[in-house]
Amino acid sequence: MEKATRFTLRVKITVVIFLVLFFLPIYTGLTDNGFYLDLVNRLMILAIAAASLNLILGHGGMISFGHAAYLGIGAYCVGIPAYYGVDNGPLQIFLAVAASGIFALITGAICLRTKGVYFIMITMAFTQMVFFGFVSVEEYGGDDGLVIDTRSNFGSFINIEDNINLYYFILISLIICLFLIHKITKSRFGLVIEGSRSNEQRMRSIGFDTYRYRLICYVIAGCICGYAGALLGNFTNFISPEMMDWAASGELIFMVILGGTGSLLGPVFGAAAFVILEEWLSSLTLYWHFIFGALLIMVVLFARGGISGIVTYLGNRKQ
Amino acid sequence: MTPILKITSLCKQFGGITATNNIDLNINEGEIHAVIGPNGAGKTTLISQLSGDLKADKGAILFQGDLITNMPSNKRSLLGIARTFQITSLMLDMSTLDNVALAVQAHSGHSYRFWQDARQDNQLIEPALYVLKQVGLLGRKDIITRELSHGEHRQLEIAMALATQPKLLLLDEPMAGMGGEETQKLIAIFKKLKTGKTMILIEHDMNAVFSLADQITVMVYGEIIATGSPKEIRANQKVKAAYLGDEELQTC
Ligand SMILES: Nc1ncnc2c1ncn2[C@@H]1O[C@H](COP(=O)(O)OP(=O)(O)OP(=O)(O)O)[C@@H](O)[C@H]1O
Ligand SMILES: [Mg+2]
Repeated sequence: MEKATRFTLRVKITVVIFLVLFFLPIYTGLTDNGFYLDLVNRLMILAIAAASLNLILGHGGMISFGHAAYLGIGAYCVGIPAYYGVDNGPLQIFLAVAASGIFALITGAICLRTKGVYFIMITMAFTQMVFFGFVSVEEYGGDDGLVIDTRSNFGSFINIEDNINLYYFILISLIICLFLIHKITKSRFGLVIEGSRSNEQRMRSIGFDTYRYRLICYVIAGCICGYAGALLGNFTNFISPEMMDWAASGELIFMVILGGTGSLLGPVFGAAAFVILEEWLSSLTLYWHFIFGALLIMVVLFARGGISGIVTYLGNRKQ
Repeated sequence: MTPILKITSLCKQFGGITATNNIDLNINEGEIHAVIGPNGAGKTTLISQLSGDLKADKGAILFQGDLITNMPSNKRSLLGIARTFQITSLMLDMSTLDNVALAVQAHSGHSYRFWQDARQDNQLIEPALYVLKQVGLLGRKDIITRELSHGEHRQLEIAMALATQPKLLLLDEPMAGMGGEETQKLIAIFKKLKTGKTMILIEHDMNAVFSLADQITVMVYGEIIATGSPKEIRANQKVKAAYLGDEELQTC
């Protein structure tokens, strides 16, 4: 009984969220208010990135402080080809995912040999290397960044130069990514990842080569975030190294923890809270990052399950 | 009989402490070989070197004729060596069934399977339930492991090792912290398992040791001071002096 009510509150919230997301462009079209559309576009892209981080951080216990690297890599894989006049969408997406995957494979192979604080530091260090790498390449704008003139071209399939089309493209991407991550976490592979977070030594002892499984998980998360980066490049029409400085990685962690680690919709809640708070607080005060910090401490101290945990709690109480 | 496990001059040092010192030991197939000795004798260290959780400083381990001295623990598990931990080591965030099902999964092909729901997979669930029934944990299958009692943790330790269908089972004080009734039940389980399995049993419960063991090895300060049948060990003067109190011997 208890389980059933929890389930329905979750399902209700999920349905409401996606209904709102689905009909939002109609509302903004009627009221001629593009601002909300932009806000939600950004929210959804960040939700994909946060969901991919949640896969390694929440499910796998791999606290990466460098996940924004993939946002940057993905975005540059749209921006650099576009700079040379190559706007082929599938090619750009492929580049974004492949480059992210390769970066994750190489850095992950090294990072995953370390544990705890060392892992956090080394993931951050690799991302800083990419950050400074792009800062130093003058050809692509250095730290001023680069304007992307044309969005990815998907031919007759969909034209994302149109903002409404781009919106639905991102929404469908979010749904597919969440579904993929959901499937992965429930699969044999997902259980190995969860077991390795819980007790890696024992997992090895019963016969799993945990290092390899964790590395593959790290690569999958990188690929998904790279895809989010490609969307981000298209959405902002502008790329700069700032997308992947360490603060950006920190913000992704903020979203995952605020939303609730290890839960499917947590990253969506987290990204929503982040985007809304950022928009609202930054209009109130210059020191909005300070309030973020305070909020994060509150969540860690008093609401370990984050927003998703609060939803579960309310669902239980209602019945 | 050919030994399933051949250990030659195995050594392990921790800083200044010699935990195992030139251990030479053969374990025959199908026997229950008890290793006894006072606290700190190096029994757990020996098990960890056999399971691959600790690297040997020196020496060689042959399992079914293969040199496994430098093989990582996960590969040894796939060859058929399983261990239980003296200090319980479980996936505490997952359910009892998950813990055992993972042990089954590790031995049913690779786990690069991303799509099907593993918790609905009868190829994993059925063998796991069978083992849980065997150790008497079936009724607790959906409980998060963290919430089990100490005795149940010990049972789960054994269930996970059994679920890998090992040829060689390394049991590090499996009865520690268990009640009398549970201990008897375990003794019965191990007796039943004897067909087709070899076991190394570390145990302080002399009742269990003498009712199960075919061979007994006595370790003191990292060295083997005697190996033989229970009868021989009982009669051994060195063992009497070093380890077994006289009264204990009489009660057995
Ligand atoms: N990881 C370690 N680091 C340092 N010293 C260790 C370590 N593990 C064991 N030792 C030391 O090695 C010696 C042997 O320890 P071990 O745990 O193998 O003994 P044991 O026979 O299993 O004892 P018990 O009956 O108490 O379980 C002890 O002196 C112990 O303090
Ligand atoms: Mg011990």
